[in-house]
Amino acid sequence: MASKKRSILDHVFVPKARILSKEEVEEVLRKYRVSKENLPKILETDPVVVELGAKKGDVIEFIRNSPVAGKSIYYRVVI
Amino acid sequence: MVRKKTIGAIEFGILSPDMIRKMSTVEVTVPETYDADGFPVEGGLMDPRMGVVDPGLRCKTCGQKMNKCPGHFGRIELVRPVIHTEYIKYVEGFLQATCAKCGRLVFSDETIEKVKKKYPPKMRFKYFVKKGAEVRKCPHCGYERPKIKFEKPYNFFEITGEEEKKIWPTEIRERFERIPDKDVEAMGFNPNKFRPEWLILTVLPVPPVTIRPSIILETGERAEDDLTHKLADIVYTNQRLKENIDAGAPQLIIEDLWDLLQYHVTTFFNNEAPGVPPSRHRSGRPLKTLVQRLKGKEGRFRYNLSGKRVNFAGRTVISPDIKISVGEVGVPQIMAEEITVPVHVTEWNIDEVKEYIKRDEYPRALYIIRPNGTRKRITPDNREDILEELAPGYIVERQVVDGDIALFNRQPSLHRVSLMAHRVRVLPGRTLRINPLANKPYNADFDGDEMNIHFVQTKDAQTESRELVAVKYNMISPRHGRILVTADEDALTGMFLLTWKDTKLTKEQAAELLYAIGITELPEPDEDGLISGKKIFSMLLPKDMNIEFPTKLCEYAKKFGYCEDCRNCDLETYVVIKDGELLKGVIDEEAIGTKGKIIHYIYRVYGPEEAERFVNRIGILSTMAIKMLGFTISYEELKIDEETKKKIEQIIEEGEKKALEYIELYKKGKLEPIPGFSEEESLELYIIQSLEEARKKVTAIVVKEKFEDFLKNPATAQGFVMIISGARGKVSNIINLVAFQGQAYVREKRPHRGFMGRVTAHFKPGDISPRARGFVKRSLREGLGMLDIFFWGMGGRIGEVDKGVSTQISGYYYRRLSNALMDVIVFPDGTLREVTNDALIAYRFGDDGMNPMAALDGKLPLDILYAKMKKLKGEKK
Repeated sequence: MASKKRSILDHVFVPKARILSKEEVEEVLRKYRVSKENLPKILETDPVVVELGAKKGDVIEFIRNSPVAGKSIYYRVVI
Repeated sequence: MVRKKTIGAIEFGILSPDMIRKMSTVEVTVPETYDADGFPVEGGLMDPRMGVVDPGLRCKTCGQKMNKCPGHFGRIELVRPVIHTEYIKYVEGFLQATCAKCGRLVFSDETIEKVKKKYPPKMRFKYFVKKGAEVRKCPHCGYERPKIKFEKPYNFFEITGEEEKKIWPTEIRERFERIPDKDVEAMGFNPNKFRPEWLILTVLPVPPVTIRPSIILETGERAEDDLTHKLADIVYTNQRLKENIDAGAPQLIIEDLWDLLQYHVTTFFNNEAPGVPPSRHRSGRPLKTLVQRLKGKEGRFRYNLSGKRVNFAGRTVISPDIKISVGEVGVPQIMAEEITVPVHVTEWNIDEVKEYIKRDEYPRALYIIRPNGTRKRITPDNREDILEELAPGYIVERQVVDGDIALFNRQPSLHRVSLMAHRVRVLPGRTLRINPLANKPYNADFDGDEMNIHFVQTKDAQTESRELVAVKYNMISPRHGRILVTADEDALTGMFLLTWKDTKLTKEQAAELLYAIGITELPEPDEDGLISGKKIFSMLLPKDMNIEFPTKLCEYAKKFGYCEDCRNCDLETYVVIKDGELLKGVIDEEAIGTKGKIIHYIYRVYGPEEAERFVNRIGILSTMAIKMLGFTISYEELKIDEETKKKIEQIIEEGEKKALEYIELYKKGKLEPIPGFSEEESLELYIIQSLEEARKKVTAIVVKEKFEDFLKNPATAQGFVMIISGARGKVSNIINLVAFQGQAYVREKRPHRGFMGRVTAHFKPGDISPRARGFVKRSLREGLGMLDIFFWGMGGRIGEVDKGVSTQISGYYYRRLSNALMDVIVFPDGTLREVTNDALIAYRFGDDGMNPMAALDGKLPLDILYAKMKKLKGEKK
């Protein structure tokens, strides 16, 4: 069966994810007054991280659906 | 002078033999403890140089008395070394990872360096041991290493070909001595503080007498501590071993004694070591040795260090009292007399305090504390002097009186509302009294429950208790925003009966009810001279309250087509409160229950104080009302008329027939399986489905009939009153009583285990008809047959067992979760962070930032908030 290569990011159950630019990372850290080590973490081997090609130290923004708030934004640092 | 010192660091490590000798004050050589005259033997286990436990005697080392002497270690010089079995894993590790000949780690220097770079010290040991056990040839000296076998609990063997040779501790020790410091370091230890040969004991520290005191029994006999017994065994065996060696006894005897010494030392540390038979007392009771003292629930840590007993506390059985406020707790007078509260004397309260000192009976002062800290008991003899002496700055300890604040608690303390502050009400009797409406947060009942009470001592703590921990500020559950302290069960039934449209009271009755809640004015009677229950209830409501909402009844009324337009419903299904007057609708769970509109309205619009007052009043009023109006359930009530009965029987018959048809179909192999299920599974599902369908139909018929009975006259359908007011019971309970029991379930399946192919011997094997698999056609009113009871008993038993198991398991899950979450808090910016390091957990609490206490079941109660805003706006004007 000939199949197009699909990205796991296209699946409806996978939250939208993108790597933040340097400026955006600083903005987030400033906004929440938090150091990078104190951000929530995500493993470098996580399938979404692999798919995005993120490296250690990158910050990823997740937009996930929430039953109570509609959408919620989450930032995680790759370790 | 007390010298204050700060602990900078604590180091855990292993004692070297030198250290053990240095810290010891005496070498123990005699297994005896006391001589014939009752004096401790020199060099014995009770040698006074190791500290004293008898009052009056002085320690021979420090010269201090019992209370001051901290105790001093002694030692036993072991004739032959033994392994410290609590470190047996490390002994094995060093044996496996190092060379027996040259003592080096069996890795090349380069490998060692590489591993040191790659792994942190903590992980290196494991690595070297795992890899080292495989190495057969020492890379340093070329020694052909035999395999080393560890035999539990403490024996090591060298295997060369077929031969097994025991490695005795002396040999192990020699080998360990050869391991160079640099290799010890490579394996992750600090060689200055740890040497592997220290794991093999040549000298055993003897703990001070102070931690193993002997006790004198009533008979005057001396009984030694378990540790002393164990030490005596060690000393005795050690002496025998020595004598045998000196006498040149055969090797076999010496080895036997050596093994015995190893056993005694092992059990001295841990008498529950796996593979070692526990050492026993003469009575057969296993000895409690060092590990047993520390370990587990009753060990030093959990029993004495994490959990401490406190003063100013009490515990007894609880019993209900509706006449005290939910914010109060009834304290038995004997408890109040025993416990004191400190009062700081000032120039403003000195006269009041003096009154307490002057008194001979109950509310009196027991002690005074002078500004210099000395404490004096007040007696009739010194009373005059104390009154003379008393001045501001003194502290007087007086007995607990009404209005003091106390913390009240019931275990298991699963939430914060398991412990709340109540005002004290001193009452006669011997039980702690609590308003039954405040039961829910504690999950208490009165079938013998006991609760703890703590009388708050300092002013700061009292204020915190009053302003933060008081019941009125904790009426709302922090989990879902429901009100926990409010009417339930009988209180709901009572309120329902009182506010039902037909309930009319005489003036006398109304006066009795209202007087009980402190209202001395009667509402305007109706034309017939009677007062409706609704009017009485209205007396509790604030005069500017306006609210409308449907009752629980509404659901039923709608289902049976009784009403279309809620607001014009005359079935009491819609509550209308206008200007604090209950115009229509009955008061039920929807009004004053845990999610009740009225109670939430009052709490949120008028505040906690008003809510507490309101709850107290509905408690008294409904209890009085249910007593006055009467409430009972009768056998008559459970009857249904013949016609309905026939109809029900027919439905059940049909359902059963349908199930049998499915079975027929299955036997012929014509059953259409449900996708994803086998034919057998499908058949089960079809059978259950057809039987449950029958039940559903029956439910509809019975509920309709009962509902109609109820509308005609609630007095003839009081079981239904309980259901409809939300007090207790479900519709299914009525069906079981009135119509039929239906299918019994064991773990969500029809009962099927018992004999081969059948549950009981009353059926043929392989019979899977409804009857043979626990379908009960009779009702509780008719009475169940023997098989019916058996089938239902199966399901009931499983339920009971599962309940016990799952509460235990989920309780422990919850404990770990809540302990882990204890230092996570919501920060002012709405984020969830760890208190200790500000680490972010969530960017917005619960995604929506909602405070569950301010909301109701996760949603904002907008109608109530609107009412509050309107009220605030009105007040401004």
